[in-house]
Amino acid sequence: MQKEGEIRIPSGCAISGILNKTGKRISGEAIIKSIAVMHDRSNGLGGGFAAYGIYPEYKNFYALHIFYDSSHVRKECEDFLERHFDIINLSKIPTRKIKEITDEPLIWRYFVTPLPTKLAESQLDESEFTVKCVFRVNTRIDGAYVFSSGKNMGVFKAVGFPEDVGRFYRLDEYEGFCFTAHGRYPTNTPGWWGGAHPFALLDYSVVHNGEISSYDANRRAIEMYGYKCTLQTDTEVITYIIDYLNRKKGLTFPEIAIVTAAPFWQTIKRMDKESQEIHEYLRTMFSAQLITGPFSIIVGFDGGIMALNDRLKLRSLVIGEKDDFVYIASEEAAIRIVEPELTKVFAPKGGEPIIYTVNETSERSGN
Amino acid sequence: MALTFIYPEYEVIRNSERCITCRVCERQCANEAHEFLAGIDKMVCDDSKCVNCHRCVSLCPTHALKITKSGNTYKQNSNWGGKYIDEIYKQAESGGVLLSGMGNPENYPVYFDKILLNASQVTNPPIDPLREPMETKISLGAKPQNIKRDKDGKLINNLPPRLSLSMPLMFSAMSYGSISYNAHECLARAAKELGILYNTGEGGLHNDFYQYGDNTIVQVASGRFGVHPDYLNTGAAIEIKMGQGAKPGIGGHLPGAKIVGDISRTRMIPEGSDAISPAPHHDIYSIEDLRQLVYSLKEVTNYQKPVIVKIAAVHNVTAIASGIARSGADIIAIDGFRGGTGAAPTRIRDHVGIPIELALASVDQRLREEGIRENVSIVVGGSIRQSADIVKAIALGADCVYIATAALMALGCHLCRSCYTGKCNWGIATQMPELKKRLNPDIGYQRLVNLINAWRHEIKEMMGGMGINSIESLKGNRLMLRGIGLNEKELSILGIRHAGE
Repeated sequence: MQKEGEIRIPSGCAISGILNKTGKRISGEAIIKSIAVMHDRSNGLGGGFAAYGIYPEYKNFYALHIFYDSSHVRKECEDFLERHFDIINLSKIPTRKIKEITDEPLIWRYFVTPLPTKLAESQLDESEFTVKCVFRVNTRIDGAYVFSSGKNMGVFKAVGFPEDVGRFYRLDEYEGFCFTAHGRYPTNTPGWWGGAHPFALLDYSVVHNGEISSYDANRRAIEMYGYKCTLQTDTEVITYIIDYLNRKKGLTFPEIAIVTAAPFWQTIKRMDKESQEIHEYLRTMFSAQLITGPFSIIVGFDGGIMALNDRLKLRSLVIGEKDDFVYIASEEAAIRIVEPELTKVFAPKGGEPIIYTVNETSERSGN
Repeated sequence: MALTFIYPEYEVIRNSERCITCRVCERQCANEAHEFLAGIDKMVCDDSKCVNCHRCVSLCPTHALKITKSGNTYKQNSNWGGKYIDEIYKQAESGGVLLSGMGNPENYPVYFDKILLNASQVTNPPIDPLREPMETKISLGAKPQNIKRDKDGKLINNLPPRLSLSMPLMFSAMSYGSISYNAHECLARAAKELGILYNTGEGGLHNDFYQYGDNTIVQVASGRFGVHPDYLNTGAAIEIKMGQGAKPGIGGHLPGAKIVGDISRTRMIPEGSDAISPAPHHDIYSIEDLRQLVYSLKEVTNYQKPVIVKIAAVHNVTAIASGIARSGADIIAIDGFRGGTGAAPTRIRDHVGIPIELALASVDQRLREEGIRENVSIVVGGSIRQSADIVKAIALGADCVYIATAALMALGCHLCRSCYTGKCNWGIATQMPELKKRLNPDIGYQRLVNLINAWRHEIKEMMGGMGINSIESLKGNRLMLRGIGLNEKELSILGIRHAGE
């Protein structure tokens, strides 16, 4: 049977996210509780979390989380890392032995910063240099897989139900201001940890529920710009699209929503002249980054979170607010279990981006 | 008349019980195949004059006529098929190059027919175009590398001039002269109503049709017939014709018999002179020369018009396309070896060029590998026969398709492949006054609109089935395609998997 990455495996899913708008750090326990409620939306073949603000003592260093098939591969990969980065700290990622999670690979964490000489030689900026190195490991070193590469954030994922994955990674012992979670329901057995979600690149992480029909159009377009879709999953290509539009092209998150979950032409026609021009421009300029088919996603980024539905709203997505906290989930129950008394609950419209940033009042665009 | 060795290929069968000797067939046949014998009050027919255009069949009020293959055979020979024998006889008689009309009819693979489309089941819902918006609108042209903002952070529209179409289809180049005034009127009016574009071909633009400028692509070919600043500035885009799928490596031909009246004026050449376009543009012997012509045309039109460069699909089409994508052109049009024409040397039509499906797949892939796919749009033609061909072409990577043969068929063409005779009984490929008036522009344009609207609806249904509600998301989406009965090499060139994979 073909492994994930050799074949495209569609999945159904559960997603959840929590953000504290003042940047107050909370334990990972809440997000585990939330995703656990949606147990039936996963089938034990993949679960994971992204946590922001968890490495304040290393906040200026890229935190690389890496799966290894063997210690031999680890050696090879570490040689590569040493040639390109100053490694400030390295260790195994602490895990808890539980019977639900088995067959784990070697899971290591490195805090790194690009070697100044190598960086200068590459003529790239720091982030692009790091991205290139991540792709290099993932495509050239067989048996090594970088699944998290941001600063002051980290992804934790495995084959299993998400609540078990959370316990396995001792997520309750981390503190962060923002968490997202994913429970996966693939239609095929991947059996590979790298295929679990969230998918992340630098500070961007995506959890996604859906199956996009534009996949190959998006993949072939984004691969033109140096990205390599090694997993053939929707989440991977969506993450790259967001990285491309935000980091490389300088679009804002509301603009990214106009590109990826574009309003229909008939809707654009009814807008005022200025928004019409912007929408027409973005849809034309980035037509290959339009995403069709059902999806609900939560995008984590440096200092914020965005929830977005496909243009027809073919997947459920609910948002709740209470005090400084924002909750986003596939089902309202997954929010209520953490915070029963919400001041506001709503479901975003198709294509309407809901963006919250830390230390800023929430902004709802699209209305 | 000298002895001819050739037995007629087709036989006109007349059911004498049905025939009422109304003589419609006789009046309708410009080839004079039918004749009324007054003495015996009977219609007779000379099969050798019949081109099998079905004009008489369609107009016979009692359905007394049909045309069948004559069935006369030479002694069976797997090497010397009847076609080759006939051609030897013809050339031995005439001493000339064999001429043909329309596209390559030979038995080469049609890859569109070996590609199947996907549909959604369970994990992803199909979308119903009757109930949900389904977008077929496209835009063609170049794109800049980066966005621009003003000092307040507002996005600046830095897109160069582009073409906006209601669906990914245009009418391909057919010159005024090769087809009639009425045929051009049909194409222009249909393009306007449909929100798409038609193409003048290389014969210039008749004054009456300047009003359809926004829906017109004006062509500049090696003969430069009818090219002047007004012409260039009237169209929505300018197409440089480097080549054509039906006859790669040679220029257009229009016999002097068709250069009459307005056609001579529009082409700016004397009446009765043969309009033989040179094989190359004599100012373009290489890619750097093409760049100069592209920019000359942009200068003339003040950089307001996208420039299309049209080439025939030949062996090294990928490298050529890559060169064009860096030459300042906004759009590349690629014409496959099945593409039609009014007149082409038979040997060239049937033996030169490659299938559009393979050319498209490899050009799209190559431009992506070079990271320049967004520099240009790709339009493909030759031959798109129905709406599923369009869906497959877009999924392989095209932005838009060109159709011409199908459009003429909507106007009545029955593919008799005798356009070069100038005696088109359907009033399309002719300049004979009594023939060209047979094409009623009011009816013809409506038939074109009907055909394209029907295709649009079919495209929407196929897209909806795939769960795709915007044509942009179909473009280059090769996972939506599977090959059937194709070998590994063909699959790899097309960049698709085999059915069942």
